[in-house]
Amino acid sequence: MSIPHPAPETGPILGKLSLEALPLHEPILVVTFIGVVIGGLAVLGLITKYRLWGYLWTEWFTTVDHKRIGIMYMILGLIMFLRGFADAIMMRLQQAMAFGGSEGYLTPHHYDQVFTAHGVIMIFFVAMPFITGIMNYIVPLQIGARDVSFPFLNNFSFWMTTSGAVLTMISLFVGEYAQTGWLAYPPLSGIAYSPNVGVDYYIWGLQIAGVGTTLSGINLVVTILKLRAPGMGLMKMPVFTWTSLCSNILIVASFPILTATLVLLSLDRYVGTNFFTNDLGGSPMMYVNLIWIWGHPEVYILVLPLFGVFSEVTSTFSGKRLFGYTSMVYATVCITILSYIVWLHHFFTMGSGASVNSFFGITTMVISIPTGAKLFNWLFTMYRGRIRFELPMMWTIAFMLTFVIGGMTGVLLAVPPADFVLHNSLFLIAHFHNVIIGGVLFGLFAAINYWWPKAFGFKLDVFWGKVSFWCWVVGFWVAFTPLYILGLMGVTRRMRVFDDPSLQIWFVIAGVGAAIIAAGIGAMLVQFAVSIWRRKELAEESGDPWDGRTLEWATSSPPPDYNFAFTPVIHDLDAWYDMKKRGHQRPVTGYRDIHMPSNTGAGMILSGICLVMGFALVWHIWWLVALSFVAVVAGAIIHTFNYKRDFDIPAATVTAVEEARTRQLAAGA
Amino acid sequence: MTANAITADEPVAFYDLDEHAHPEGHSTMLGFWIYLMSDCLIFAILFACYAVLGGSYAAGPAPKDLFDLKLIALNTAMLLFSSITYGFAVLQMQQGRVKGVQLWLGVTGLFGLAFLGIELYEFHHLIEIGAGPQRSAFLSSFFTLVGTHGLHVTFGIIWLVTLMVQLSKHGLIAANKRRVMCLSMFWHFLDVVWIGVFTFVYLMGVLR
Repeated sequence: MSIPHPAPETGPILGKLSLEALPLHEPILVVTFIGVVIGGLAVLGLITKYRLWGYLWTEWFTTVDHKRIGIMYMILGLIMFLRGFADAIMMRLQQAMAFGGSEGYLTPHHYDQVFTAHGVIMIFFVAMPFITGIMNYIVPLQIGARDVSFPFLNNFSFWMTTSGAVLTMISLFVGEYAQTGWLAYPPLSGIAYSPNVGVDYYIWGLQIAGVGTTLSGINLVVTILKLRAPGMGLMKMPVFTWTSLCSNILIVASFPILTATLVLLSLDRYVGTNFFTNDLGGSPMMYVNLIWIWGHPEVYILVLPLFGVFSEVTSTFSGKRLFGYTSMVYATVCITILSYIVWLHHFFTMGSGASVNSFFGITTMVISIPTGAKLFNWLFTMYRGRIRFELPMMWTIAFMLTFVIGGMTGVLLAVPPADFVLHNSLFLIAHFHNVIIGGVLFGLFAAINYWWPKAFGFKLDVFWGKVSFWCWVVGFWVAFTPLYILGLMGVTRRMRVFDDPSLQIWFVIAGVGAAIIAAGIGAMLVQFAVSIWRRKELAEESGDPWDGRTLEWATSSPPPDYNFAFTPVIHDLDAWYDMKKRGHQRPVTGYRDIHMPSNTGAGMILSGICLVMGFALVWHIWWLVALSFVAVVAGAIIHTFNYKRDFDIPAATVTAVEEARTRQLAAGA
Repeated sequence: MTANAITADEPVAFYDLDEHAHPEGHSTMLGFWIYLMSDCLIFAILFACYAVLGGSYAAGPAPKDLFDLKLIALNTAMLLFSSITYGFAVLQMQQGRVKGVQLWLGVTGLFGLAFLGIELYEFHHLIEIGAGPQRSAFLSSFFTLVGTHGLHVTFGIIWLVTLMVQLSKHGLIAANKRRVMCLSMFWHFLDVVWIGVFTFVYLMGVLR
């Protein structure tokens, strides 16, 4: 369908929803849908066949254990990553084909949805779940806590994020997604130019997930401030915990801005207000300002925790204390603050004037100073270290080389006159993929390879890990160097067809790069499968496979439900290294009851109702909106009448678990 | 080694062998404070929008034509009184009188309802004379800022009623006391926001 439908009639029962909404005329979507149905039925069938529903419900869906919630976030991120990457491949294919009069294989209506969905999914439903998952899993362990401060809220946050992701995925098969680009600038995203449901899917998907993100941010800030083990002052926190703290402070201080901005956009669309309209006094520019006041801190939300990961990895695999811990902490805090005063560099061309542009150009360049300090700290940590080139360290080195170049092209873009030439060109696309893939994704891969043995008790296969590593690094450069070149030649982003045939070769090379990255992703999936298959050989029983330095390595792999039978007492920054060096004795008697939070299905149920409400809002099914709204408020109130939310793990159970651990350690010694 | 690290030969405890569970809800106050600050940011954005768009009348009515300061003064008084009576409820709680808490919470809720009633009357009146939220960017931002505050008060009242039921079921147990304190913060927070609305939107609006 190349022409968008006119806005359909609104009926009393189904709202705007009708059979027309099913994209039966899009063969790509029909085939995808059939594939999803077959795959989905296969998974559901297997779960039923092996009678896993009860297990999944009691052990996973209703869990309040930060470790399991962390793993579920990672699974969500991985699934959405495959979807987002499928969008990327489709774009690369289209752009490599659409030359010399060819229209490619995607209609404008479809292509515009693909690039929008790619951006939204990769940021909100891949990068965010991944970093939230890692922080959820690792932070409580690193600070010697038994769970987060608000365990129920943690479960609820996860399911809200999932509901947002599900609503976004539903748009693939029911109706359409936004055709506006990932930040949905008005007036294009206003009702006048986007009369259909695409932007509404965008709004409600993000609003539902945003509730989860904000609450999980509050949760982790409080956890880090309140639940640190005795002796762990702020300046004895592991760097990853520090960067997580800053990242979560940024979440709490920026996601409400996104929420408010999207509320205003939805009021414009649903109520007919005039915040961002072209007439009656509205100002589309205000939306662009507001969305970037959230959007710029957002990129630091994503990358800061990974800076923490690189710090942990560099220190561990160099066998040295981190160089310049204090400067690392100050650099992180500086970046946190500076990230709020640079947002205007995303739209220098809007015409705010030379003085305003200069201010924001300079603040942007200033951010590279603390970032540079971090890089030197990592290099000095490696200097004269006994470096072990395990997979996490390889990803870290790839990050350093890649990210520095991405950072430098960022400084180029921060110069307003240069930006006037490069704005919205493929140079920009290459730049932010350079920092997000080179920084966030490489960091996540380092983190996954580093902490996988902690979470599952066996290491990841090295051979397939290396295959994945080289495909990713090479593929990245093959895919994005051409975009830098094209951007310098003035090619703008989000183009569906091209006139100048001399450009085609660069898009073909970029497509080859994307194919190499696809091989890297495939190798990573094989790595996971092979490692699970060979888990007996790869088993790691000491709980400390890398000769680690921080507290998460002090407990077993995977850790028991309560993490630590006795809360550790901290005397030094590298607490676990200090304990090992000074010959600590693991206590083997005197276990006590341990107080723990109970599981609850309330989070999943409330989020499910929110998903229904989001769907009803998208399709203007007002009776269902009202019904689900009442249900969610009533459900939340009923939940508050449950006062019994915790239980004690009896000392006998703790003793049994810990004695098994003692035997395991003795067998390994 | 940091300066205050213990040297290797000293005996040193690496585990807390005599630990006690964190008291229930020990982090709730901090968490709720941080939530309120995130909510405060939502209001900050709405205030900022009003600051930018508040003069965009689109040839329609201006604040001077619309706002009835006497009505708003009455409305403000309702909300301020409700804050005082909430304070009385907390005082009663500190003396352990559950009946007194209930009474003052009830009074607070009534003041809140009065506030909402007057606000709805004002909105209804404005819409009736053609000054609805669709009329101009000024009115869009006015209705959204004031309406968001009103929505918060509405949820506050729902919470307040829920809490009164819970108090009658379980009395002044620790969990309920904590909830009374959280709602207290929420309620006073809305009061502070309203003072901003009253000054910035209504008083300065009439002066303009």
